[in-house]
Amino acid sequence: MLAVNRRTFLKAGSGFVLACSLGLERALEAAPAPAPDFNLFLRIGSDDSITLLSPSSEMGQGVLTSLSMIVAEELEVELSRVRTEIAPADPRYGFQITGGSQTIPSRYPSLRTASAAAREMLAGAAAAEWKVPAEQCRAEGGKILGPGGKSATYGKLAARAVKVKPPAAPRLKDEKAFTLIGQPTKRVDTLAKVKGEATFGMDVKVPGMLTAVVARSPSFGGKVKSFDAAKAKAVPGVRQVVQIPTGVAVVADHFWAAKTGREALEVSWDEPNAELSSAAIQAQLEQLLPKGAVAHKMGDADKALQSAAKKLEATYEVPFLAHAAMEPLNATAHVRKDRCEIWAPTQSQGPVQEAAAKICGLPRESVSVRTTFLGGGFGRKAHTDYVDEAVHCSKATGKPIKVVYTREDDFAAGQYRPLALNRLTGALDAQGWPVAWTHQIASPSILAGTSFFGGLQGPIDPTSIEGAANLPYAIPNMRVTYAKADLPVSVWFWRSVGSSINAYVTECFFDELARLGGKDPVEARLKLLANHRRHRRVLEAAAEKIGWGKPAPSGAARGIAVHESFGSIVAEAAEVAIEKGEVRVLRVACAVDCGKVVNPSTIAAQMESAVIYGLSAALHGEISIDKGRPVQQTFYDYPVIRIDQAPKIETVLVPSGDAHGGIGEPGTPPAAPAVVNALLALTGKPIRKLPIRLPTT
Amino acid sequence: MPTYDLSINGKRRKVTAPAEMPVLWVLRDLLNMTGTKFGCGAGQCRACTVHVDGEATFSCQLPISSVAGKSLTTIEGLSNGSTLHVVQRAWIDEDVPQCGYCQPGQIMSACALLAKNKSPSDTDIDDAMRGNICRCGTYNFIRRAIHRAAESMVASAKKETP
Repeated sequence: MLAVNRRTFLKAGSGFVLACSLGLERALEAAPAPAPDFNLFLRIGSDDSITLLSPSSEMGQGVLTSLSMIVAEELEVELSRVRTEIAPADPRYGFQITGGSQTIPSRYPSLRTASAAAREMLAGAAAAEWKVPAEQCRAEGGKILGPGGKSATYGKLAARAVKVKPPAAPRLKDEKAFTLIGQPTKRVDTLAKVKGEATFGMDVKVPGMLTAVVARSPSFGGKVKSFDAAKAKAVPGVRQVVQIPTGVAVVADHFWAAKTGREALEVSWDEPNAELSSAAIQAQLEQLLPKGAVAHKMGDADKALQSAAKKLEATYEVPFLAHAAMEPLNATAHVRKDRCEIWAPTQSQGPVQEAAAKICGLPRESVSVRTTFLGGGFGRKAHTDYVDEAVHCSKATGKPIKVVYTREDDFAAGQYRPLALNRLTGALDAQGWPVAWTHQIASPSILAGTSFFGGLQGPIDPTSIEGAANLPYAIPNMRVTYAKADLPVSVWFWRSVGSSINAYVTECFFDELARLGGKDPVEARLKLLANHRRHRRVLEAAAEKIGWGKPAPSGAARGIAVHESFGSIVAEAAEVAIEKGEVRVLRVACAVDCGKVVNPSTIAAQMESAVIYGLSAALHGEISIDKGRPVQQTFYDYPVIRIDQAPKIETVLVPSGDAHGGIGEPGTPPAAPAVVNALLALTGKPIRKLPIRLPTT
Repeated sequence: MPTYDLSINGKRRKVTAPAEMPVLWVLRDLLNMTGTKFGCGAGQCRACTVHVDGEATFSCQLPISSVAGKSLTTIEGLSNGSTLHVVQRAWIDEDVPQCGYCQPGQIMSACALLAKNKSPSDTDIDDAMRGNICRCGTYNFIRRAIHRAAESMVASAKKETP
């Protein structure tokens, strides 16, 4: 049971309510009577409370708001009536992770159906009570209205309604009658967040809880050889020092004692990779690059290259990147003989539950997972490693343990965005149009290190080639290859995954070719995207917004890029200058087609967020390796965009009405190439390696 | 271990802690005040910003021994019951937070700025806020919210002085 902060974490029914909606104050007064579950997603209480059990975590991407809007729309209630909880880990939710920008695309239909079913069950309960045909009962304003002015609130009907047989195919509300979906809507979790009352993983407190700070191998793949806990145990507040699979945990009354204890701890490590360096990795990628498996082939690229009027070859490189979420990794676990409780800022309730069950030797249903707010996730918190450590620590000590990573621990813990080496060749015909394109990729595989999506099957990791193998441009001869690099440095999903690499590489090489052929970057794209209506629309919208074709401000130039990922297509145009030898991004115009729109405000916010995230990577982001360990340790040497570097960002929505696409990630990929293409226009020199380092001449 | 007599959000609190323990961890782990956030422990991200005698100060490297006798304000002390501070109100009106983790620090920095500068320019905002990192990239929203808060402070000051 959580001891503190009743205001944000309330015990209610079977779960812990993350009371973060506008219903917060009301929710504080008294824990409502256990409310019946209508289905996996909805609970309606006799007190008229409506609770959405969100299958997804809230890490800033705004899903609690979007999902609440869907519920409110179908249930015919005000948005403020819908409270939210993050659903517990439960296999009935399917593969329960929040990732791939998939919450709305995957949950929109099921949540609408679940809400419509609840509405019909409420109407059915009213009809039975009033002994009238169900068709004469309708939902309005949180009530069921019947003939002769009959009316009953949802709360009054709830107990009876849950016993009504759920309709197999409830009638969904006519989209034309939507009053909420599609309208700009403010977030439901803001009040708690501006008052400092939102409970993040870092804020969890459980009676008897101790805090652990773990000493881990300084280099990747190292193991504990031996350790001496005497000095650590002498630190006031340190209770225990225990070995766990990833290192040695110093367990203390509070973080400061645990951290001080860890500084005093003496560990000697067996480090098999202590010689690894970025240079050695680079050499390995170079050696692998020509040996890749064919991921995509069309026509005969080699032949076309031989007879081309003009040719270009370029090598593009991107580094490892850390996620660097504001909330460092942390998790709390309490392992008992017959059960395990977990409280964590996780994107991965399902995998966390499975992993903990394995560690504890318990059946999956004996592991409960309660998800707090996430202080950023960006994919990193879809890994279970940090939660596993809390489980191991609790198992070893028998006490509830919160494992806290320092910022340096968080950076050093790996699971980086993969680095990649790319070699491209392009050929132009006599008119300057591309006739051949080859792209060799050498990069570590994310899927090789996980069972997610069935792990790596075959020689090609689909996450490494996304955005490259499906290049949309009509170039008759193409070949894309992928060579998997096996490195001790762990890699993982990072906001927009392979697209974060391949959008930069392909869109910048495209501009190099367009320049060589004497084509305008927008004109060239529009022509080669003749069969991609959605791409053309966002491209034109972004170009118009930035003022493409009109003179740029003095000293500035413009660049553009377009990329499809996670079912959405985003074009970004950047206006860039060089001031005092540094890249200055002045403006970004962003046009997005995510199919259908739930909350335009969320989309605009996520585009801005994704642009800034992409700019941080483009301008600054780099994890390099020396002595088998990451060189960068904290925000001193891993700088990110701050307010004074944030450009003005204008977002245009150009929804095609096609299926819902994702929105958390697709804004990131075009940011780097838009800026780099602007620099190409400004200086005439390509930037073929990220982060951007301006040529010194 | 020494005991310190502290003034936090206008209340006297006694706390026993090692002299070098940062104010951030005294607040979070000893006083159960978790609104102030841990982001880096190195003064680089300012998620831990509090006010010490009205000055925005990062608390992750601030030894508890150095604030005895001084007046501390944290995010929990900003609103008066259900009446929000004008800056919190502006944050809601501009829909600023995404993940929200850095926002208590952002708000504390913005309040300190507005206490000194009733009408900050964009450059003033850059200077006062560049210490605070937001990985969700809410910077443009923050800028708008600070301008909005400044405007509503001016408007309410006008109302009070006829």
